[in-house]
Amino acid sequence: MSDIRYTDQHEWVRVDGDIATIGITDYAQEQLGDVVFVELPEVGKELAAGDEAAVVESVKAASEVYSPVSGEVVDVNGDIETTPAGVNEDAMGDGWFVKLRLTDPAELDKLMDEATYNEFVESLQ
Amino acid sequence: MSGMNKQGRPTSIDGAGAGGARETFTGNRALEHEEPLLFELDNPGACGVDFDEPGEFTSHLGNFERQGRIGLARVSEPEVMRHFVRLSAKNYSIDAGLYPLGSCTMKHNPRLNEKMARLPGISDVHPLQPRQTVQGSLELMSELSHWLKELTGMPGVTLSPKAGAHGELCGMMAIRAALIARGEDETRTRVLVPESAHGTNPATAALLGYKVDAIPATKEGRVDLEAFKSKLGPDVAAIMLTNPNTCGLFERDIVKIADAVHEAGAYFYCDGANFNAIVGRVRPGDLGVDAMHINLHKTFSTPHGGGGPGAGPVVFSEALAPFAPLPYVVHGDDGFRLVETEGEAEADGTTPFGRMTAFHGQMGMFVRALAYMLSHGSDGLRQVAEDAVLNANYVLASLKGDLSAPFEGPCMHEALFDDRFLKGTGVETLDFAKAMIDEGYHPMTMYFPLVVHGAMLIEPTETESKQAVDLFIATLKDLARAAKSNDKDRFTGAPYMSPRRRLDETGAARKPVLRWAPPAPAQAAE
Amino acid sequence: MRYLPLTETDRREMLGVIGAKGIDELFRDVPDSARRDGLVDLPRRKGELEVERIFERMAAKNVAAGSVPFFVGAGAYRHHVPATVDHLIQRSEFLTSYTPYQPEIAQGTLQYLFEFQTQVAMITGMDVANASMYDGSTGCGEAVLMAHRVTKRRKAVLSGTLHPQYAAVVRNLSDFADYQVETMPPALPGLNEDIISHITDETSCVVVQTPGFFGELHDLRPIAEAAHAKGALLIAVVPEIVSLGAVTPPGEMGADIVVGEGQSIGNGLNFGGPYVGLFATREKYVRQMPGRLCGETVDADGKRGYVLTLSTREQHIRREKATSNICTNSGLCCLAFTIHMSLLGEDGYGQLARINHAAAVKLAERLAAVPGVEILNKAFFNEFTMRLTRPAADVVDALAEKGVLGGVPASRLLPGVAEVEDLLIVASTEINTDADRAAYAAALKEVL
Repeated sequence: MSDIRYTDQHEWVRVDGDIATIGITDYAQEQLGDVVFVELPEVGKELAAGDEAAVVESVKAASEVYSPVSGEVVDVNGDIETTPAGVNEDAMGDGWFVKLRLTDPAELDKLMDEATYNEFVESLQ
Repeated sequence: MSGMNKQGRPTSIDGAGAGGARETFTGNRALEHEEPLLFELDNPGACGVDFDEPGEFTSHLGNFERQGRIGLARVSEPEVMRHFVRLSAKNYSIDAGLYPLGSCTMKHNPRLNEKMARLPGISDVHPLQPRQTVQGSLELMSELSHWLKELTGMPGVTLSPKAGAHGELCGMMAIRAALIARGEDETRTRVLVPESAHGTNPATAALLGYKVDAIPATKEGRVDLEAFKSKLGPDVAAIMLTNPNTCGLFERDIVKIADAVHEAGAYFYCDGANFNAIVGRVRPGDLGVDAMHINLHKTFSTPHGGGGPGAGPVVFSEALAPFAPLPYVVHGDDGFRLVETEGEAEADGTTPFGRMTAFHGQMGMFVRALAYMLSHGSDGLRQVAEDAVLNANYVLASLKGDLSAPFEGPCMHEALFDDRFLKGTGVETLDFAKAMIDEGYHPMTMYFPLVVHGAMLIEPTETESKQAVDLFIATLKDLARAAKSNDKDRFTGAPYMSPRRRLDETGAARKPVLRWAPPAPAQAAE
Repeated sequence: MRYLPLTETDRREMLGVIGAKGIDELFRDVPDSARRDGLVDLPRRKGELEVERIFERMAAKNVAAGSVPFFVGAGAYRHHVPATVDHLIQRSEFLTSYTPYQPEIAQGTLQYLFEFQTQVAMITGMDVANASMYDGSTGCGEAVLMAHRVTKRRKAVLSGTLHPQYAAVVRNLSDFADYQVETMPPALPGLNEDIISHITDETSCVVVQTPGFFGELHDLRPIAEAAHAKGALLIAVVPEIVSLGAVTPPGEMGADIVVGEGQSIGNGLNFGGPYVGLFATREKYVRQMPGRLCGETVDADGKRGYVLTLSTREQHIRREKATSNICTNSGLCCLAFTIHMSLLGEDGYGQLARINHAAAVKLAERLAAVPGVEILNKAFFNEFTMRLTRPAADVVDALAEKGVLGGVPASRLLPGVAEVEDLLIVASTEINTDADRAAYAAALKEVL
């Protein structure tokens, strides 16, 4: 069972071995409303923690998705490119955006765990 | 029993039963017509103009003669007339009803302005005719410039920007040009903009390569002066403020803000969208503004035309005036002339930053705005601001008990409400606004400014009578009452009575269909 | 004041409800240093009659294009607009309506925008068009920015066929946004401009105008190929949109973006504005396109309707990351274009174009017969360039004194460029008669 971490920009990251899967949280997709378009990076792109990894567009807002960790893009989720609604339907699972090969696992320690993130979201309401 | 008179007209209403919800054969509902796309009316052989083919001549089109069909619809003049008249029936308009749109200043569009714009001596003039044949147009531009400078108390002006956002770009370009001339463009890379600003402000700054930094607001909805001063530094190029601000409030500390900005070596750009609140009473030049765009389609009544055209002339302080873009009008012993080129500007002693548009600006809008200004005069314009502010305060005072206002009054020309009064009702600002449509009103500005939750910004303008405003107030009171008494459907399903109900914007964005396309050959009816 | 409904009684009552003693109380936040108790130093109000007299006096100081033989072009053209157009655009529901942000009560506007977008895509031979830009020149500037976004490069190459003021607009925008521009020298007809050798791996776009500034028609195909081979885009600029009724559209010659000036259709000269910019591109670039877009959808009852869409690209949503800072389209000018195009239709548009070309050909033949005149163009539409034996600016002034508005001296828009001093750019449209042509030839003969 992979551990999940969060950023204060509402991205989540799950790690399996040295592969990190990144997406946006359920709270984020709710705030955005119906997702209409996603822009994903090229496979092979190098990202540093905090770099813009993707763009997600809804009818009322367009948001950058920042990479919580550094690594090389090894896979992107073509399903959400063809069916953006997938982000709304399962943001925490099948609606993932990008998979990276991690370069610095220590970066994960700087991120919020689930309990901390949930408290953070509470404080925004 | 229903009788009939001698002309075959019914004389009583007995027997005229209910049944208004029935589906009709045509889909029409009496005067409301369903209207297909023009391309669906295509009729080979029909044409809305009568031309004679030119006689014999030698073509000089070379190899460039167009081959094949373009695909345009073929229709006669009566069909075109009916098509667009039916389309017009589906539009709300200021001539038909109040638009409470905050920051849009939807005032009456006088028809005198339209008549003046259509005088052949004014409309049928080419921008590149020899200057001795266009002295009237140049005089008109000069006269408009004079009015704008006097009303704002600023010594410089440009008429070229084509719209408000274009004017913002122009003002910020002039500021950057001034900084380049001072040798400080490399060091001054930050622009300060309040969070409550209209989206064009940060977009303009970003387009010019500036980093945008947010200015915090106080609980009274105005710029936090001390916090603002702490953000100033030698790396700040400019501040972009709207005054009155987007919450409808006059920035009390504006002169202090301007002084601080100038002391820090930066410039003060003012977004003039809300000029209607102060025109004829307060001059931005007296507040320390360096550049301000003016929306002629807001304060000066040029029609919104369903989205345009607008015009966004910019007034400049002494410091920025030399950088105003090409072209501009000068008056000399031999009449008016245009300074159109860098060479001419050099001879004139100015340093325009460049050119923002081909030709000379939105002349059609200049005519209309000047007609409006001449009609009102200095006394009428002062009354405009006073009545605009009065109407908005009347709305605020009358509704703050029923809706929720984030800021204690008085306001200027627009009144801001938020969605606290809807808490727990299941009705959102959006639903509340859509329900106004069924009552015969265009919704107010929603979700702007971003600094309050579920914002509702109401600007009645000075051309609404007290009766009109009273009915509007009464309607909003009734809607607020209905929202709070569990009548959710009235709101969440609204509008029910407009030509179209709520439209699927998500679907439109996911699978964009941006044009009509002819049906595939196999399905096309012959 | 006739536009202000509030009476003194109304004002008193309202102040009472507000709880203010006078209007000054509502302006109490204005700093003392900026308080003005008196009126601004401008004339007082005037009635309609007086205002009319003022404008009639100004109008009388102009020479209206329709009052003399008229041959002025260079980016704005005098055409006949059918009476139906002006009548319809003055309907309250079109003239005084707001931007269609509430689509339920703006289907009139939205449907005509959809029709407009379709018309523009059709005539330019492209996939999709937006709901208009301010004008051709600012549209050209925006097209260059779009090319930079798409190619992620920073350098534009502007052909010498491009209207000098359009080029100035592009340069201005690029200077301030820190992009690079290379402007080729003026492309006189007959001199083959070698723009292809200026396209490199750093070029984001090549901007070519056809019919060009000097009236010549240009084959964009080789330029498109060369640009694409280097990963750059071809932006085609069409300032005389009537030309597309008779001439191969840029979309069929490999253009990636087409920018046009729509003024010729439905909109009068108006001393330079308001005009209507046309902007069209390929399907794959749709999300990078600036400006408003109208899309088809359905409503809650399943009925077909229209909405503004893809607006997350626009400034009011993306704020710092917007694709441009454009907020307005040309609204009513756009409607005028749509109505005029509807009246013309497939057949009328082609006929109008042929009549225009014939008018220019007849004029060129007449003027070529005047001693001292050399027509430079081989292939043109309704505009061509003459080389004269004296500076063209002087000739134009002399012609004006004889009551003929004979064209635009190239030197007006290309000052200080020796090679163009003797060049006069002449336009002819369906409004010109045989009498006009005869008058021009006679006057020119006297002047030269």
